[in-house]
Amino acid sequence: MNAYERRRLKNLLASGLAFACVVLAVVPLVYILIEVVRIGAPAIDWEFLTSRTKGTGEPGEGIGNAILGTLLLVLYASAIGLPVGIFTGIYVSEFGNNSIGTTIRFFNDVLANFPSIVVGLLAYSLVVDYLDVGFSLIAGAFALSIIMIPIVANTTEEALRMVPNSLREGALALGVPRRRAVMRIMLVNAKAGVVTGALLAVARIAGETAPLILTAFYSNYWSASPFEPIASLPQTIFRNYNSPSDELLQQAWGAALVLITIVLAINISVRLLMRSRLRKSKAVRRTWLKRLSLKA
Amino acid sequence: MAEKIVTQGLNAFFGDVHAVKNVDLRIPEKAITAIIGPSGCGKSTLIRCMNRMHEVVRGARVEGKVLLDGKDIYNPMTDAVQVRTRVGMVFQKPNPFPTMSVYDNVVAGLRLNGEKDWKKLDSAVEQSLRLAALWDEVKTQLDASGVSLSGGQQQRLCIARALAVKPEVLLLDEPCSALDPIATAKIEDLLFDLKDRYTIVIVTHNMQQAARVSDFTAFMYLGELIEFGATKKIFENPEKELTEKYITGRFG
Repeated sequence: MNAYERRRLKNLLASGLAFACVVLAVVPLVYILIEVVRIGAPAIDWEFLTSRTKGTGEPGEGIGNAILGTLLLVLYASAIGLPVGIFTGIYVSEFGNNSIGTTIRFFNDVLANFPSIVVGLLAYSLVVDYLDVGFSLIAGAFALSIIMIPIVANTTEEALRMVPNSLREGALALGVPRRRAVMRIMLVNAKAGVVTGALLAVARIAGETAPLILTAFYSNYWSASPFEPIASLPQTIFRNYNSPSDELLQQAWGAALVLITIVLAINISVRLLMRSRLRKSKAVRRTWLKRLSLKA
Repeated sequence: MAEKIVTQGLNAFFGDVHAVKNVDLRIPEKAITAIIGPSGCGKSTLIRCMNRMHEVVRGARVEGKVLLDGKDIYNPMTDAVQVRTRVGMVFQKPNPFPTMSVYDNVVAGLRLNGEKDWKKLDSAVEQSLRLAALWDEVKTQLDASGVSLSGGQQQRLCIARALAVKPEVLLLDEPCSALDPIATAKIEDLLFDLKDRYTIVIVTHNMQQAARVSDFTAFMYLGELIEFGATKKIFENPEKELTEKYITGRFG
């Protein structure tokens, strides 16, 4: 066997191994998707999506309140988590060249990999217990927002760092105050990255279960009050799966399918947003053409 | 001739690195002053001290005085933002704002500082682009993205953007180093036209360029100002041996 043949053999082995790993990684994912659709899809109909959970396994049950609950939890959590996360990222990237910035960055990294059940415990002791709000939508949203903040802050910081320094200097050299240069030049140029991070964080918290057990708790009733316990899709899956009824089990799979669809929809919208950035110069053109034609 | 900018005992640092050493320089008003010298001699740092852009870099600090019309811009009561509207700057690499159209780029400084009157903005766009000798080339594509222009056009767009805020001084940091000879010639012609109205300071690697466009030349070496004088004198009959060696290409 000469050197060339040896090399070819090694190449074949290595690429074969790499392919086997790919299969190993993809198979469970595909399997889960197929199983969820196979078992979950028959459960889904209009009634299932719009009726509330009862937890008894009777016909006519649904997951409507859990869908609403997950959407409300995500909405409230985003209302707290997105602004805090984005402004933290802005601070660390643009004004964080000091010990405060380094400290924030360190805690962000720690918090980003924190077990979410511990975040749930924190929210429980602070909101549910100490502030005496009780199990509630707001307590759940608080816990989820804590999970969001480091994700959003890190991606925002990353996106701002990707903006060339020459744009920062270009704006400052025009006599633009620093905060305005950051908000109107830097942030605009980092927009795609910031939006991506925000949507990924939303997708992440939509599937969180552990912290909600200790905060939002659960409810079989329709509720939109921030101060009442509320159902959510991950919790519905968890509860139904632990029940003996086949009916409830199938509902769990149905809820899983709905949850995956919501997360997937968010992921796809991220990609579409990324793509629309490329079309942006045309959008700029259109608005200017309009203005110029108005003038003429 | 009146002096627009005077540096007195100016020292600039990046952390522990002493980039500009005790420079006393008098920049004449409404003339072009070129700053030449080998790479890393502190030319760029020196002009960045003149509009307080040096301090934007992390760990950078300045000692000494820079007088603009006799007033120290490093006085603690002076607003750096205010200084930068009076002393504009064009950078080595063209840096139009990529998300903005040509029009928006030109008036970026005005709009970001709150100007909303479209009539004023429209006239500022035309005026600045004409001053930057770019109007005829881009007047039909004001709505195109700023980065869709050629490199030379982008650099003139950046000059127009700097002029739109009506500065008194224009600092140019090797504005042609990323451009081809034709684009370079256009910018040089433009500078020549602008010097009746503005005090211009240009940093350049290119000695021929300094000789062509400037009225006065400063030669820097290792952070120190070696010699300053009329361009003709510096190039034909310099006083310092070091200057002569550099001009004749014996080092640098």
